[in-house]
Amino acid sequence: MTPSAIIKLRFIAFTEKARLKIVVTVKQIPDPNATLKLTSDNRLARDGEVVLDPGDEYGVEAALRIKEAADEAEVVLVSMGPAKAADAIRKGLSMGADRAIHISDDGLAGADALTTAQVLTAAIKGESPDLVVCGCESTDGSTGMVPPMIAELLGFPQLTFAKQVEVSGSKVTIQRQTDVGYDVVEADTPALITVTAGVGEPRYASLKGIMAARSKEVKKVGLGDLGVTRGKPAEEVLEVVEAEKRQAGEVIEDDGNAVEKIVALLAKVKAV
Amino acid sequence: MDFAPSDLAESLREEVRALCRGFPPEYWREHDHAGGYPWEFLKAFAERGWLGLVIPERYGGSGLGVTEAGVMLEAICESGAGLSGASPIHFYLFPLTPVIHHGSEEMKAAWLPALARGELMSAFGITEPDAGSDTSRISTRAKRREGGWTISGQKVWTTNAENAQKILLLARDQPRDDAQPYAGLTLFFTDLDRSRVTVRRIEKLGREAVDSNEVFINGLEAADADVVGEVGKGFAYLLDGLNPERIVIAFEAVGIGRAALRIAAAYARERVVFDRPIGRNQAIAHPLAAAWAKLEAAELLAFKAAWLFDHGRPCGREANAAKLLAADAGFEAADAALQTLGGFGYAKEYHLERLWREVRLYKIAPVSQQMVLNYLAQHVLELPKSY
Ligand SMILES: Cc1cc2nc3c(=O)[nH]c(=O)nc-3n(C[C@H](O)[C@H](O)[C@H](O)COP(=O)(O)OP(=O)(O)OC[C@H]3O[C@@H](n4cnc5c(N)ncnc54)[C@H](O)[C@@H]3O)c2cc1C
Repeated sequence: MTPSAIIKLRFIAFTEKARLKIVVTVKQIPDPNATLKLTSDNRLARDGEVVLDPGDEYGVEAALRIKEAADEAEVVLVSMGPAKAADAIRKGLSMGADRAIHISDDGLAGADALTTAQVLTAAIKGESPDLVVCGCESTDGSTGMVPPMIAELLGFPQLTFAKQVEVSGSKVTIQRQTDVGYDVVEADTPALITVTAGVGEPRYASLKGIMAARSKEVKKVGLGDLGVTRGKPAEEVLEVVEAEKRQAGEVIEDDGNAVEKIVALLAKVKAV
Repeated sequence: MDFAPSDLAESLREEVRALCRGFPPEYWREHDHAGGYPWEFLKAFAERGWLGLVIPERYGGSGLGVTEAGVMLEAICESGAGLSGASPIHFYLFPLTPVIHHGSEEMKAAWLPALARGELMSAFGITEPDAGSDTSRISTRAKRREGGWTISGQKVWTTNAENAQKILLLARDQPRDDAQPYAGLTLFFTDLDRSRVTVRRIEKLGREAVDSNEVFINGLEAADADVVGEVGKGFAYLLDGLNPERIVIAFEAVGIGRAALRIAAAYARERVVFDRPIGRNQAIAHPLAAAWAKLEAAELLAFKAAWLFDHGRPCGREANAAKLLAADAGFEAADAALQTLGGFGYAKEYHLERLWREVRLYKIAPVSQQMVLNYLAQHVLELPKSY
């Protein structure tokens, strides 16, 4: 065996051992700072300004930090959305993700949470990742159902509401945000995590990052490529009503018996 | 014809917008008031490689064109940063064109990478008290000495001179000859050696955050290696940078106009006078609408000029016309916006008065509207030269 052949073999052994693959699910949504409009069939109009879901920016940031702490890692974005969603994908690639899979199919318009999870799962399975990173919920739909569904469909343990993530060997440990502090939760990889804003401010892309993103691979796939057929939706939006306006408060002036008035008011609204 | 903005332009715009969100109008108001250089802003752009946008890749930049530079600067202005934010970045782009195109290999290798990283700052010393529009009248002299040059004279309006380590300096190596007024001018890219140079800040109408100065030069020593290109050809090199600079200035003026309209439209929708939002009065709405249309037109011409330049085609008429239209449209938008806010337009709190003061500059500098019209009359309409 020549010396160069030995070196080559070692290199392969090294990469196989240490390479960590992280999939991040990302979604393009209507700009949350703009006024949201509905279409006639109760779907969000997506023809205005659109952005990468800010919640997913935290997902990308978390994945990039894990990558930076690892010996070697690859960050793959998976997104389901119309052709225009390529912009959101490019944003994630500009931040530093390595490549992306863009699932786009006319047959997916108006997909519900379960369909979305099934389709994303099919794409994620093809990657055999060590870790799947999701935002806790999308900023537009806010169902929060897709990540747990994906975990279930993949058969991965899920660690949710992570404000800090650490991957060591084949273990992932998170700090799960709670109302009073945090829990430390651990699982074997492969696993799925959902992250909060606690993971750290998403980085701004650098100019060179933006340039580099243009030559990164974005694989376009349709339902046929994934071998998924769209089943019957598990949910249906029946009606969308505007949130009730908050009533103006009642101001009680202290004319000597304000306490009695407040107690009476609390009793009236059944607070005491 | 394809009017679709490129994916790259879209990404640049979006990222610059995001970066600028960290610098709200109050940041600019404070810097305008106290006159401190916006270092944090410059650093945010430097760290992410934006200062090297037009610097070639082999010197650490990104080697992009005027189109991308214009998109970046318009987005900065549009964020509400105005010229207080655009000027510090602007000075890493176009005053450097002669160095990028005509500087020696050693000069470029020595300075461009540090400039791209924002570790160095440069000033641009052309204008003199007795020579503004007519550059041939400069009197700062460069005299040969053993191994180099000694430069003495006076510059005015030199932006960045308070902090710059380097200066791109135009000086006469030969007395002016009426037959060839633009010959005998040499361009130096040299150290701004403060033992030989005195800098005095000029108090001005706007953009107080970014200093413009009187610069007194007394025996400044420059090496032969500091000469950009060939001795005596400085003016020709300077011309190379004029068109791209005019183009990005057009984008900046449009950006300020858009920022002003955004503030004014929001105000006109909300402000109720005589029981109706003032925006319902056409005397308020129409000037804003007309200003928007003019900004669109100016921006379109700026994009065309940028496209021509980036494709290596002549663009003098388009670059000049874009600057003319944009400077007028930007100011008109700011003025209509100011009027919309009534008394509050005059208040610092609404940030319009700062934008209004800032955009006014572009009717004067770096080239006045009159000189642009002179150019178009002479070079497009072939009318006799008027001066
Ligand atoms: C804030 C600011 C920053 C600047 N920064 C820099 C810098 O960094 N470096 C630098 O070198 N310069 C800088 N300048 C200078 C700027 O480029 C000049 O002000 C500009 O070129 C005009 O020259 P001037 O002020 O001497 O006006 P002048 O040339 O004296 O002109 C005065 C007026 O007469 C008009 N005029 C003159 N001749 C004619 C003619 N033939 N036909 C019609 N009208 C005519 C002009 O248009 C103008 O309105 C800056 C200026 C300002 C205000």
